[in-house]
Amino acid sequence: MDHIIVNESRRRFLQGAGGLALGIYLGDAFADSAPAVGGEAAAAAFEPNAFLRIGADNSVTVIAKHLEMGQGTYTGLATLVADELDADWSQVKVEAAPADVTRYKNLFMGIQGTGGSTAMANSHEQMRMAGAAARAMLVAAAAQEWKVPADGIVVSKGVLHHASSGRKASFGQLAGSAARQPVPQDVKLKDPQHFTLIGKPAVPRKDSVAKTDGSAVFTQDVRLPGMLVAVVLHPQRFGALPKSVDASKAKAVADVVEVVQFAGNGHYFSGVAVLAKNTWAARNGRDALAVEWDESKAFKLGSAEIMAQYREAAKQPGLIARKDGDVEAALAKPARLIEAEYELPYLAHAAMEPLNCVVELGDGSCRLWNGEQIHTADQGAVAALLGITPDKVSITQVYAGGSFGRRANPHADYVLEAVSIAKAARDKGIKAPVKMVWLREEDTRAGYYRPAFFHRARLALDDHGALVAWHHRIVGQSIAKGTPFEQFMMKDGIDDASVEGLNDMKYAVPNLQVELSTPDNVAVPVQWWRSVGNTHTAFVKETLVDEAAVTAGKDPLAYRRALLAGAPRELGVLELAAAKAGWGKPLKPGQAGEKRGRGIAVHSSFHSYVAQVAEVTVKADGSFKVDRVVCAVDCGLPINPDVIVAQMQGGIGYGLSAALHGAITLEGGVVQQSNFHDYVPLRIEEMPAVEVHIVPSAEKPTGVGEPGTPLIAPALVNAIAAATGKRIRTLPIGGQLGA
Amino acid sequence: MIQLDINGKSVSYDGDPGMPLLWFLRDVAGLTGTKYGCGMALCGACTVHLDGAPIRSCVTPVAAAAGKKVTTIEGVHADKVGHAVQAAWQKLDVVQCGYCQSGQIMSAAALLRSNRKPSDTDIDAAMSGNVCRCATYVRIRAAIHQAAATLATA
Repeated sequence: MDHIIVNESRRRFLQGAGGLALGIYLGDAFADSAPAVGGEAAAAAFEPNAFLRIGADNSVTVIAKHLEMGQGTYTGLATLVADELDADWSQVKVEAAPADVTRYKNLFMGIQGTGGSTAMANSHEQMRMAGAAARAMLVAAAAQEWKVPADGIVVSKGVLHHASSGRKASFGQLAGSAARQPVPQDVKLKDPQHFTLIGKPAVPRKDSVAKTDGSAVFTQDVRLPGMLVAVVLHPQRFGALPKSVDASKAKAVADVVEVVQFAGNGHYFSGVAVLAKNTWAARNGRDALAVEWDESKAFKLGSAEIMAQYREAAKQPGLIARKDGDVEAALAKPARLIEAEYELPYLAHAAMEPLNCVVELGDGSCRLWNGEQIHTADQGAVAALLGITPDKVSITQVYAGGSFGRRANPHADYVLEAVSIAKAARDKGIKAPVKMVWLREEDTRAGYYRPAFFHRARLALDDHGALVAWHHRIVGQSIAKGTPFEQFMMKDGIDDASVEGLNDMKYAVPNLQVELSTPDNVAVPVQWWRSVGNTHTAFVKETLVDEAAVTAGKDPLAYRRALLAGAPRELGVLELAAAKAGWGKPLKPGQAGEKRGRGIAVHSSFHSYVAQVAEVTVKADGSFKVDRVVCAVDCGLPINPDVIVAQMQGGIGYGLSAALHGAITLEGGVVQQSNFHDYVPLRIEEMPAVEVHIVPSAEKPTGVGEPGTPLIAPALVNAIAAATGKRIRTLPIGGQLGA
Repeated sequence: MIQLDINGKSVSYDGDPGMPLLWFLRDVAGLTGTKYGCGMALCGACTVHLDGAPIRSCVTPVAAAAGKKVTTIEGVHADKVGHAVQAAWQKLDVVQCGYCQSGQIMSAAALLRSNRKPSDTDIDAAMSGNVCRCATYVRIRAAIHQAAATLATA
């Protein structure tokens, strides 16, 4: 391999690969079946840029700068590179990028991280360029070797072919000489009509096999030589501190190695961790701890008090997030007035993989294994905690068993907790790597919820039923305030994530005012939750517009159509969903005593446009079932249509879970839920049939991970209203229909 | 000393007999395909087969598996039903985050072993204990029908 041009990025890569070879502890009996973390990367014959490596073995490895947490990014990134490269899909593998903001930043964020449904949107051109540049270098290498003009060389499914000379070679065969070609300064991207993978239906996910045979490695599965498992005891209330710790019984549990206290920083708990040789022993040790807590500075309000406070706050003016026309004048003499108040609860993300993080501390260095969603912020926070520079914090990104936003914590809460535990252990002479594991109960109770919100709205209709005024007040905690993201997300005291979806609504209402009040005395930890502010604003906006239509005696589809005259992409999905759902045709009646209804909602978020029509059957006892959801989505150029369909199906299920059951409640500051019996998830029997229709588009691709989530709640509540006449304004729906 | 048969391999264990089979499989035997989700038999991520029947390994002491055949996601392909289920999951790209899917596949394989042509209602009943927060339920249903069709023609 001495002919390879070793450039700087390649050397950095190889240093990283050396680290990956650190290896994994294999159980003796199952050495052949245990999954490996990373593993020795195949020798790279050709590494044209930071995103691609072609091996002499003909493998094409795409380096993914984004986290795969279920949303299909590995497949998407690989599709973009492989299409321009003209690789064969079966030769393409995906590997996680290391933490390195210089090479792997999210071009929309300026830091390395995954979120805001930006993975495809920020990188589509960058990934295509990476593939196209490599293709050009392979072609140049073949032209040189074969002594033929480059323009006579065709590349298809990983093979270069020169027709008139009959020469053929695989990528692997040409990789060595391609590496000696100059990197092209300017490459031409394909005309979309020549795409072989982008937009095509039969492009299998790259993570399907590993996730169906047990070999996929999540943080929970990382095993390192000598590694200890840490199970934690948190206080019941946010802000409480350990006063006295009796660890004698915990230390008496077999296989428990040490008990350590860790100090939070106001953004993560102060608590106690039990380190043991296995999870069960650590858990038993944790349960044997006797800890007294100092709750003098703890947060002690309950959900009811919080909501009562918000209701009062909504009687007062807030900061103005949008002001068109004069709402008070228009509301003074309405032909019809709609006044409504909404209560929306805290929501936990409740990913299937409870939060966890593996930490190995060295002298002046730290290595993490994590379902890593926000590399640069975590690197910075860990570096600050340890008093080292961020480049000394290396991160191996593994699959995340869901996240829904939670693993991108602006304060690095659970990562700092894990590092604090490892540091406390190291101070006691333990140098082994530590895997911090939150059990489901910690995952449910430790906060970082979608904030609870209160909305109050007044809508005025004129004599013709037209919506002439909309005055809206929102009260709830800011997710940006006090975080490193405050400077980007907050302006003039308004957290955009509290009002997005409402203050930027496309409905043409001549007099529109949106106000926000942000409490400063509520210390429940909050952060983004799949689709962020749209989770509550889309619900309130779309149910209110529906109510306005019904009040005006108009069809909800036609009413929206009239209000969206200047919003062609919203209109596009609205019309498509309505047509595919058979809007306007009567629903097949239910059985005796059953009422059926259809509801519609349209919303744009993260620059994607979605409309959904839900059909519901309500039984005489008030129990109900969502039978069918028809969804239309416009996300620009569709990269992986089947992944888009999957994200709409999943987004609908995630949103429906919250709409039906989701609520975190507090009593005296103590979170009342702990596991799936009281933070109830959607189960298969509640999942409706889902039809997804994708709008063909040549616009720039936009995200699909989040935009499918916020519409099902309003579509369902509108369907329930159509069936029963009852307007639901408090979520979750739970037993509000009597069942 | 407890003797276990895991995916056809004989394993002996002399630790805490009350340790849930889940943690034995993951932390002692190194078979990490079986997942922890709740620890209370509420989510099904830890589902394995004990003498062919689906059980929640998070609430099953390792001692209860003594002398019985334990099949995990790593071994389910050896059986034609398990293999058909995995193939259907891959064909329809069921997975998203993937964390619950080992348990889903083990429950689906157990269903198809006792019911070769399940209806949607049968599927809902058999799979109700397996939570998927990514809500891949539409494809889980479709993949079970797909596996049933494969097995019917095999």
